Amino acid sequence: MPNIRNDFIGIKSPNPFWLASAPPTDKEYNVVRAFEAGWGGVVWKTLGEEGPPIVNVNGPRYGAIHAGDRRVIGFNNIELITDRPLEVNLREMKQVKRDWPDRAVIASIMVPCEEDAWAKILPLIEDTGVDGIELNFGCPHGMSERGMGAAVGQVPEYVGMVAAWCKKHSRMPVIVKLTPNITDVRQPARAAKQNGADAVSLINTINSIVSVDLDAMAPNPHTDGKGTHGGYCGEAVKPIALSMVSEIARDAETRGLPISGIGGITTWRDAVEFMALGSGNVQVCTAAMVYGFRIVEDMITGLETWMDDKGYDRLDDFVGRAVANVTDWQYLNLNYVVKARIDQDLCIKCGRCHIVCEDTSHQAITETVNRARHFEVIDAECVGCNLCVEVCPIEDCISMVAMTEGVDPRTNRPIDGTYANWTTHPNNPAAAAD
Amino acid sequence: MSGNDRVRDVARGRLEPADYAANFADLHPPLTAHQAEVEADRCYFCHDAPCTVACPTTIDIALFIRQIATRNPAGSGATIFKQNIMGGMCARVCPTEQLCEEACVRNSAEGKPVKIGLLQRHATDHLIEAGRQVFSRAAPTGKHIAIVGAGPAGLACAHRLAVLGHEATVFEARPKPGGLNEYGIAAYKTVDGFAQAEIEYITAIGGITIDYGKRLGDDVTLEQLAQDYDAVFLGLGMGAVNGLGLDHEDIEGVGDAVDYIADLRQTSDLSSLDVGRNVVVIGGGMTAIDIADQSKRLGAEHVTLVYRRGADRMAASDFEQELAKIDGVTIICDARPHRLIGEAGQIAAVEFEYTETDGDGRLRGTGEKFTLDADVLFKAIGQKFASNGALGLTLDGGRIAVDEARRTSMAGVWAGGDCIAGGQDLTVTAVEDGKRAAQSIDHTLRGA
Repeated sequence: MPNIRNDFIGIKSPNPFWLASAPPTDKEYNVVRAFEAGWGGVVWKTLGEEGPPIVNVNGPRYGAIHAGDRRVIGFNNIELITDRPLEVNLREMKQVKRDWPDRAVIASIMVPCEEDAWAKILPLIEDTGVDGIELNFGCPHGMSERGMGAAVGQVPEYVGMVAAWCKKHSRMPVIVKLTPNITDVRQPARAAKQNGADAVSLINTINSIVSVDLDAMAPNPHTDGKGTHGGYCGEAVKPIALSMVSEIARDAETRGLPISGIGGITTWRDAVEFMALGSGNVQVCTAAMVYGFRIVEDMITGLETWMDDKGYDRLDDFVGRAVANVTDWQYLNLNYVVKARIDQDLCIKCGRCHIVCEDTSHQAITETVNRARHFEVIDAECVGCNLCVEVCPIEDCISMVAMTEGVDPRTNRPIDGTYANWTTHPNNPAAAAD
Repeated sequence: MSGNDRVRDVARGRLEPADYAANFADLHPPLTAHQAEVEADRCYFCHDAPCTVACPTTIDIALFIRQIATRNPAGSGATIFKQNIMGGMCARVCPTEQLCEEACVRNSAEGKPVKIGLLQRHATDHLIEAGRQVFSRAAPTGKHIAIVGAGPAGLACAHRLAVLGHEATVFEARPKPGGLNEYGIAAYKTVDGFAQAEIEYITAIGGITIDYGKRLGDDVTLEQLAQDYDAVFLGLGMGAVNGLGLDHEDIEGVGDAVDYIADLRQTSDLSSLDVGRNVVVIGGGMTAIDIADQSKRLGAEHVTLVYRRGADRMAASDFEQELAKIDGVTIICDARPHRLIGEAGQIAAVEFEYTETDGDGRLRGTGEKFTLDADVLFKAIGQKFASNGALGLTLDGGRIAVDEARRTSMAGVWAGGDCIAGGQDLTVTAVEDGKRAAQSIDHTLRGA
């Protein structure tokens, strides 16, 4: 059986599945249940300054986007950082770390952007014996209006400054959690790295209004008739997170900076995808909040089985393996031609491939052949766009097949196996002159 | 000569009151909102959806299911009623497994079609319960159409004519409207007075008057109607039942299934119905299977349905056959009645002969016989068109000949439903006939 032990910036855990700093990690009771279920580590719910804790609304905190059958595919929350006293959290963290020495316990911190505030809290945390700290520069709601969370994460200089304070006032590994509510996520990542951060984690939640209550005419969730934007997460944000992870993984200035991947991870496959794009481990929240902690059992066995099938012995064997294949559009091979192929034995004749191609794309799929309902690709029209593949209800019924010889009947260009991209294309005004 | 000393056993109240309620409860209870949402999500919204092609009234099924999924139930019901104003009854009685649901692509995908019938009921119930109309009437045309028969064909025709701005007077022989919806369909398929609720909804649009106790030939004549009205639509139904062609068919205990079902549907007390201990049903269609199943549900101990050909030739759908078997009906195929055995003027048993089909497809007896005890014998071997005053019209195969627009051979007279040639004896096709005839009548009267 492959070894799925994880070593992330020197923090060891029996598997790469951590629970992200969020409601599931707010207190000892939940965290112990998570460890009993098999989670490799937790990032404790974000701690604030000593003193009276923040307060949450007493109205609803969560909202969701549902797919058919009410499957939660996107989730939104307006909960703030922990609303329990600092000393209670610290006491519980210390106890949990003592009771579960093989699991990773990370403290998430959000205090005002002043060196004193950080200098004051860091020793208290270090005293608990936890494995490291994560700087919450991400929360898009509630705290950002007070100059914390995303308000810091959106300014690379602040990110770097706080990361430097943490390294100065603590010996603990420092993970900087990044907000996606920014134009270029590489900027704060660079700042973190330049100022000594050991790793970044991303993404935090995305600014969102999840839906509008059309009776109350107010955003959901609403409290006493008013609502506010929250943080969006869950399966729906995974593509955004994967893209941001890949940008940091392949950026010349941040290449090699350890990444803890976060954003809609629901299954072992999602986790593997984040790791293939350069995440050393992953953090999960929404999936656990939707299904409970037991999902980690499938994540563990799914990962092990997949590694076994692929012949990977350790996580490092595949972490980052897909990074080199992420490129800029301009370097894609314009001589590579694919055509859709419909497996008639699998086709159930729903006709969706036809109608979407006909209405919205390239008129490349028949409706009838010899007056019988029959869906077949017209190669002379097919641009290989993949729309039919994605709308077909039957997986693998339609596939994209690369042409390896002959002439593309759409363009009349020969298929010669050569590589040519936009940078040298004659239609590109900026093409390098030969 | 009975061959045994059995005493004929016909009795009322064979069951406890609670058993009647349970046995005649809704066969397919309505979907809850949650069930409808889950089921609607299974629809793929096919292009040129095969289910719609399979529907005799061409309901845009993919669209109405999508409207359920998007929580637009009123829009969903409107999509259905636009094509089929009796979409509520059809949702209950259509042999969906032979129509829309048979065509569902989910059959190919996983052998389990979307429950179109139940979803259709969900959407139509929503509108009928709310009394929310989806049509408004066009400006009055001043034209007045006579309709004979307040069954599905006649009412569908009347409704569409009303929508188009005409007035319709419906002449109905019976004291209640609905035709077979009210008098023929198995009780557990349309509970809680739905047939009448649907008709109230349909006639609420206005412009439709129903004149009860008016039988064509007796109380009104086709000639007079054609003279007094701008057009006539005949939705007469069948009117008569086929006989067995055996001696002693008139002895006590031998009856027509359609009459008994009508009594069953009209009674307010199921325990007041006479029920035989041994019930034999002859026939293989929906009426045969319905009377057999309902006899069993009324407490008959042994119910045997005998059909002269193989099970694959039975007009009753596979689902109906399965249901009857589950309820304890014995189905014997390839046998036909040979002799009725009576005692003191009452039925006691029936002798059957096994049959086979010769090379030319003709049925013949094998000579091998068997006898079934019978306290009650139901004939359900099909109904036939009784002209009942619809004289002078060209017939085709014993029913009224019509063209594509449902025009009869007589100018100004249209017809539809079970009384026309090629009718499939389904509510849904009758509705389509009525709708098409109304459109044709409108077209003709406007002189377009």
